[in-house]
Amino acid sequence: MTRSTRKSWFEATARTRIAGLLDAGSFCEIMPPAESQPSPHLAQLDLPGAFDDGVVIGCGQIEKRPVFVAAQEGQFMGGAVGEIHGAKMVGLLRRAVEEKPAAVVLLIDSGGVRLHEANAGLIAISEIMRAVLDARAAGLPVIALVGGSCGAFGGMGIVAKLCSAIVISEEGRLALSGPEVIETVAGVEEFDARDRALVWRVTGGKHRYLMGDCAALVEDDIPAFRAGAAELLAAWREPEPGIAQLRARQKMLEDRLAAYGDFRDGLQVWAALGVAQPETVPSIDRDSLVALKEGLPT
Amino acid sequence: METLNFRFNSKPAPPAADPALCGVVGSGNLEILIRPGDAPGVCQVRIKTSARGFGEIWQAVVGAFAADHLAGGTMVEINDMGATPAVVSLRLAQVLAEYRGGVQ
Repeated sequence: MTRSTRKSWFEATARTRIAGLLDAGSFCEIMPPAESQPSPHLAQLDLPGAFDDGVVIGCGQIEKRPVFVAAQEGQFMGGAVGEIHGAKMVGLLRRAVEEKPAAVVLLIDSGGVRLHEANAGLIAISEIMRAVLDARAAGLPVIALVGGSCGAFGGMGIVAKLCSAIVISEEGRLALSGPEVIETVAGVEEFDARDRALVWRVTGGKHRYLMGDCAALVEDDIPAFRAGAAELLAAWREPEPGIAQLRARQKMLEDRLAAYGDFRDGLQVWAALGVAQPETVPSIDRDSLVALKEGLPT
Repeated sequence: METLNFRFNSKPAPPAADPALCGVVGSGNLEILIRPGDAPGVCQVRIKTSARGFGEIWQAVVGAFAADHLAGGTMVEINDMGATPAVVSLRLAQVLAEYRGGVQ
């Protein structure tokens, strides 16, 4: 696929992503802009809001399977979660538990909490986390798609990792504290946020996929995200929640910290994973990277 | 932020079933929501903009749109984050076309 024939997920708006992700004409928006209300917090701060408060929610189908979707708009305040934005996502997840679609799909494009809304934004994020876990406990898969310009950071990085599975593109990023936050708090010696290549080697989609944090790596292309989501949906069985599984997960994270905790760069991690030529990882295409991961020692 | 309200005379738009939205409230961009208004020969406009002091330019740009298009009988709401007049004109034409069931 050449770049000119791609429909970039990274550059698309939330509404364009939904239109391309779902079966044509199947989307039915809940609380559309004409019936919604912009953020009262932003109005108090004398800032213009958005009619949908930066998130589009509704029902639709992916290859005839019924799904609920929420898509964050990264171009509006960095996709950050305010009170109404969060309430829309929580309401969608709770309704999904009652109506039992095949899955809830979260199109994440967010820096995390909307700081303008302070505690209301923090509470909104924690409510989303609880709603994701409640949905999964009810046997409903929650799939995260990460490939927008704001990535999945802060509270939305945590939400992404609470989901059943993540589909990511090379352009997508996933982490807790954003690069600028780390640099501000810990200094440029700790992390140089202006070094974009470093940022992607540490938080980018290829790194996350190699580390096993994401179920699938797809091209930055709207049909590729649709195919990736459809493939996951067709095969996914939500595991029974259980303590043994959580302990195994905790052990895996402890082992990871012990093995890679002192490294400064994705290059070092990839070498330790067994990648023969780690310096080639940033430049190889999606298919080659997937093949490379499949050939790695487990 | 500044809130501006205008009413322009405009030839009636063909009736549309659903409201339409275009654009995003991002840097240098704006979102426009259009829906049926209360008077058939009037295009009613409500603007919330982050940039203060551009009321006259808004009046000129939206007034030219109302004069050149069949936009009567509509209520147009705008959330703006510093869009230039050219972007505003393009978005207005786009949202009206979508409202009338045109382009997606």
